[in-house]
This record gives sequence, C-alpha cells and structure tokens, in this order.
Amino acid sequence: MTISATQHIPDATEPPPHHRALTESVRKFGISVEDYMLPARHPIQMVSPEGVLVPADEQGAQPGHEYPIPDEAELLAAYEQLVIGRRVNDQNSALVRQGRIAVYPSSHGQEACQVAAALALADGDWMFPTYRDSVAIMARGVDPMQVMTSFRGTWHSGYDPHEHHVGIQSTPLTTQLLHGVGVAHAAKLRGEDTVVLAMCGDGATSEGDFHEALNFAAVFGLPVIFFVQNNRYAISVPLAQQSAAPSLAHKAVGYGMAGERVDGNDLVALLSVLRRAVTLAREGSGPLLVEAHTYRMQAHTNADDATRYRQDSEVAEWQEKDPLNRMRTYLTGQGVLRDEDADRIDEHAEAVAAVLREGLNTEVDVDPQELFRHVFSSPTPHLDRQSAMLAEEISREAAR
Amino acid sequence: MSRTLTTSSATTSATDGDVSSATARAAEQAASTQEVQSLTLAKALNTAMVDAMSADDTVIVFGEDVGMLGGVFRITDGLMRRFGSTRCFDTPLAESGIIGMAVGMAMNGMRPVVEMQFDAFAYPAFEQIASHVAKMHNRTRGAVTLPMVIRIPYAGGIGGVEHHCDSSEAYYAHTAGLKVYTPATVADGYRMLREAIDSDDPVIFMEPKKLYWSKDAVDLEGLRQEHTERVAAGSSTEGRAGVARSGTDATLIAYGPSVPTALAAAAVAAEEGRSLEVIDVRSIVPFDDETVAASVRRTGRAVVIAEAHGFASVASEIVARIQESCFHQLAAPVRRVTGFDIPYPAPKLEHYYLPGVDRILDAVDDLQWEDQS
Ligand SMILES: Cc1ncc(C[n+]2csc(CCOP(=O)(O)OP(=O)(O)O)c2C)c(N)n1
Ligand SMILES: [Mg+2]
Repeated sequence: MTISATQHIPDATEPPPHHRALTESVRKFGISVEDYMLPARHPIQMVSPEGVLVPADEQGAQPGHEYPIPDEAELLAAYEQLVIGRRVNDQNSALVRQGRIAVYPSSHGQEACQVAAALALADGDWMFPTYRDSVAIMARGVDPMQVMTSFRGTWHSGYDPHEHHVGIQSTPLTTQLLHGVGVAHAAKLRGEDTVVLAMCGDGATSEGDFHEALNFAAVFGLPVIFFVQNNRYAISVPLAQQSAAPSLAHKAVGYGMAGERVDGNDLVALLSVLRRAVTLAREGSGPLLVEAHTYRMQAHTNADDATRYRQDSEVAEWQEKDPLNRMRTYLTGQGVLRDEDADRIDEHAEAVAAVLREGLNTEVDVDPQELFRHVFSSPTPHLDRQSAMLAEEISREAAR
Repeated sequence: MSRTLTTSSATTSATDGDVSSATARAAEQAASTQEVQSLTLAKALNTAMVDAMSADDTVIVFGEDVGMLGGVFRITDGLMRRFGSTRCFDTPLAESGIIGMAVGMAMNGMRPVVEMQFDAFAYPAFEQIASHVAKMHNRTRGAVTLPMVIRIPYAGGIGGVEHHCDSSEAYYAHTAGLKVYTPATVADGYRMLREAIDSDDPVIFMEPKKLYWSKDAVDLEGLRQEHTERVAAGSSTEGRAGVARSGTDATLIAYGPSVPTALAAAAVAAEEGRSLEVIDVRSIVPFDDETVAASVRRTGRAVVIAEAHGFASVASEIVARIQESCFHQLAAPVRRVTGFDIPYPAPKLEHYYLPGVDRILDAVDDLQWEDQS
C-alpha cells in the first residue's frame, strides 16, 4: 500500500486544495460556486410520467444543471435491471406472505433509484446501502441469494463487502454514511480515484450521523455521493414532520457541497444526474448530495400496516408515476425497446425470480457452531468453552 | 402535581386535556371495568400511559411513530387521538434529539415519557443518557430533577433481525443515576409504568418485547385503586423484587423476558421432585438485596437467569451480591444462565442463544446436591 505522503503542513489561511478543485469544476458551468451548490429549482425530470421526453427547457434544469440523455444501449441495459428489480421485489414480497422469509423491506416503486445507483458507479467504486436497497445491490452484481441471507434469517449478511465493493446493508440509520466517508478517505490517501455512493432515506436525514457524514465529507473534500431516496415516509412519519428545509437537497449547501434534486421515478433523469455527480466527484470537486423524489408504494415492511397513516388515494396517485411503466412507454416509443428485447428481458427477470423462489423454498442448514466463529479474528478460550457447552447440549438433545 | 396545558389538537378534539374532565373519564372507565379481565402487557402499558396522561397534563409522550401509528408495537395506540398532538407526537427521526429534548422539557415542568423504537436504536441517544439524564441531578447538587421515562422494547425471542433484539439493560444499570425497571407480568406493566412516570428520577423502562402479547387476568380497577392509595400514602413498589413462585430447594433469580422461562423451569423441576423458588427482580436499579438474600439464605442455592450476555452483566452483579450477603448459607457456587458472549444471532439461530428451560435445569442439577441425596 502506498500512501502519498504530503510533507506540506497547510497554512491556516490557505484554502484546502479541494476548494480550488471545486472552483475549477464549477467554472466550466459558467456559474458561481453558490449557484452550483443550490439544487435546481425543480426536481430534474427528463421523461414525463406518461413516458414522453420532456422538452429541454422544461426539464427543471437551469444554467449549471443541464443533463444529457444517456445513450440508447445504456438505457436498454438500465431498463433490464428495472424489470428485474420489480420482479425481485414482488417475488420477495410473495415469499414473505408465504412465510418463506421473515421480513423484506420492499423498494417497490423506487426501483429506478435502485438501478441508477448501481449503474452510475464504476467497478472500483463503493456503495453503502440500507435495508431497503437490496435491488441496488443485486443490480451491482451481488448474487441475489446472498443478498437475501439476512432476510431469511440465517446470518446478518450474505456477501463479502470487498468482493463487490458494497457495504453491509445497514439498519441503524445513517451510520453507514460515515463508513462510506471513511472508505473514500482511505482511497484518497492512497491516491485512488474511488467514488463512494452512500444511501439513506428521507427520515434518516434527521439523524445526527447524517450531519456528521456530510460535514466530514465536505471538510475533507471526499468523493462521496449522498443519495437520498425521499419516498415521503419514515415508517408512518411523513416528510413534512421530518424536515422544514425547502428540500432535502438544500441541506447540502450548509455543508459546502452541491445538492441536486431529481424525479426519483424517472430512470433517465436519475442516470444522467448520478453519472454527472460521479464524474464531478471523481474529478476531485468533493462530495454531492442527490435527492430523488419517489414513493414507498408498499408498507414499510410486511410487519407494518400503512392504512393506519396514509390514504389509498395518495398511493393511487403515485401509481400513475410508476417508474417501470414510464420507462417502458418511453423506450418503446423511441423504438429502443423492441418486442423481442422486451420478451428477453422478461424472461431474464423471471429466471432471477425462479432462483429466489427455489433458493428460498429450500431449507438451509444453519451451523450453531458458526455463532462462535466470527466474534473475533481468532478463537478465545472463553468462547471455546461456551461453544463446547452448546455442542454438548445439542448432542444430548439428539441422543434423547 | 397537575397543571393545565392549552391543548391545541390538530388531530382530534376528543379531550380538552383539563384535569376535571380526565377525572370524569376515569370514573366512567371505572364503571365499565369492574372485574378481572384478560389483558396483554401491551394494553396494560398503554392503559398506564392513558391514566397517567389523564391524571397529569404535564405527562407528554413522544418518539418515533408513536403518534398516528401508535408505535410499531402499538403501545402508544390512541394516545394522540385521545390527548391531541401536543401531548403525544412524532418527532423527527433522531434518538439523541428525543432524549436531549426530553431533558429540557423535564427541566421545565414536563414529565416526558419517550419511546426508543428498539433496544439498539437507543444507542445514538447514549451520550444524552449517560452524560446528562443520569447526572443532571447530581451535577446541579439536586437543584434539577429529571422526571422522565425512557421506554425501551428490549431483548429477543421474536425472530427479529439484527439490532432489534439486544438486551441492553447492563449499559443503563452500570450508569449511576439511572433507575432501571423491567416488568415481567401484565399487572406489573401497569403498576411499574405508573410508578416510573410518578418518579422524580429518570427511569429507563425496559419492556420485554416478546411478552407484549402475553395475556394475564388482571383487575385493572384494583390496580388503579392500588396506585391511588400508594400515591396518597407516598409509597411505591419501586426497588422491590417479587416472589413469582415459592420453593424450598433453590432460588432462580430472573427479570423481564426470563421470568416466564424461569417459571417454566420451576414447573418442570417440580415434576422431578425439586422445589424451586422464582424471584422476579422487577427493578434492576434500585436493587432489592433483601428479598433476594432472604430467599437464597433459606434455599441455600441460587441460579441467576438473564437473556443478556453473561460477561460483565446484570446477572454477574446479582451473583456477586448474593455471594457477599449469603456466603455462609450457600451450599453451592451461585450459577448464571445467560446468553452467550456473542453478538445476538440471526433469527434462525436465536434459539441456540436464548437461555431455555433445559439450560436452566442443567445449572440447577450442577448445584452440588450430594448433601441432599
Ligand atoms: C437509529 C435508528 N433509529 C430507528 C430505526 C428504526 N427504523 C427503521 S427504518 C425507519 C424509517 C426510516 O425511514 P427513511 O429513512 O425514510 O427510509 P425508508 O424506510 O423510507 O426507506 C425507522 C424509524 C433504525 N433502524 N435506526
Ligand atoms: Mg422514507
């Protein structure tokens, strides 16, 4: 490992190098740094809920916030992941109903966010997901059955974070954002150009660690994209009771980073906005926050009853903005998605669902001795005794 | 103490929040609940908050999802509808914020009863709890009291995923200045939560979540009466353990989620001809040395049962105290039956972790019975 050792001790009056980098990157947009940091006046939308391309001057963009449409091959690949993501969500929800998995926080309705988060990153980049981001992790290439390990309850996680550069799914809200900051910091010390995308929900932005993560990332000028999926609810608590800020994207400005807001059900806009964010971060202009406006179509988890706190009519309204229908209509209209593509993609999604069905319908053996195996990097006499005690109990039980 | 707040309720006008109408409501309820009824622990806790809020306008309930939803376990169900959104409300999602704000409110005339959604989600609030909730009274030489209750659903046994099953009582018990209660029965759910709310000291109120839906036949009106009489007499059951089952051969000492397990073990032991006494600790801090010692001195043998990890635990503390006070009456070393010293396991493995009847009976068998055979 090589850490680029700067002998330079900064003068207190001298701005840190990443401030210069930020000014440089902003210069090409022809706007001030302050204007660059402020989110666009409206969430960026490139394809309307009806699946029609929004004219450039109505996309919500203003100077410095223009986003190019991704190319067709990229959109088709993204659509494929979108279809798979929806199928995965619905398959898992069905398996929960059948009692095959204990819990599944579905991202139904948020699949565009999930897919864009994964596709915006390069292989060497890192993602720090939450409990709701299973689809994003699968879209990043992690084996679906490994992702389901925690929800089927055989272990806390089923994949090696180093293999795919994906952190463990985090439940203690926003704690993972700081881990993302740390991973980016270490990469920077080694002179690598790794970008980190760290995810959280709207409610989670109220936590103290959210604040600390943003501040650290900005102060150290780290290439972290904070990707907030604003799905309007934190379990039962609506956004209005969570924050009085004009938007969650505006929170970025207070830390000295750019905030952007985007239609979270518009995969085209999401891809474009996140790609640019990743590029800017990689160029060294520091962290960014992207807020995606979306909606949690289902209850918080299967254990929740959403009828206690929201109207069906609200859910129906968002049904009209469904990210999958929108993308299908758009790509079909553009002639990018032909019938044979659609069939192939549906088959692919069905195959993934079949893997989940088969895998999760098969009983898997758990090894009680594994409980003691990963507490420390090597065994301790104390835990060895406890492990022997359990082994003895189990063999006595078996002999009965 | 009771004070009238202006109750501007966005969600409901079911109550005007003044004390006379609360009393009228209590009387109305009294008429309709005369006899013994089957109640869940969840409902008993809920009723304790309803009654406390009716009796005293300064009792304020807040936390995450406690309003409209009634809490993820529904323990605060109906409080917002009944008392309005000034008396029961959702906060932004921030545990340190919830506890820190409760400190300020308690300093300024309120009696906050706040909910931490799950055991492990109280950790972001630990600084507020350890540095301020526990110490404010001491730091101010008694000038400030913090009459607040921090309700925490804790422990496992429900097949919950990680961070939803921690037994975190030792962190609080180890922090001087916090009272730590944990009810194991439906009646104690009501009784102890009322006492916690009445207490002028901060109380960490640990609710064994696996017992939320357990039912008991309780005389709610009798419990209300009992509470009124205690308040009038200036007494409480705080710091008193209970004898959950009488026995003569050995004493099982348990609290919260482990009490039903200890009782089940005692029932099996009885079939095998061994008479076990079961002590329900109820209040971890303050701790009832007398009741525990009296039992152990009589039986001469003791096993302490807790779901938490055994190392540096509340169970360890209890063992040490028994050893100090009962050494000469002990026929065998005091044993602990606890969870292993490993992170709480995933759902499919939790039954290997949890101290069950067999593990308890194994420990009882080990208590050097030679003199008796
Ligand atoms: C520190 C902490 N507090 C509370 C919880 C319990 N909890 C789990 S998810 C959730 C709501 C989160 O809402 P949001 O951030 O909007 O994400 P969403 O679930 O909508 O994706 C809460 C309160 C938790 N996991 N961690
Ligand atoms: Mg949300």
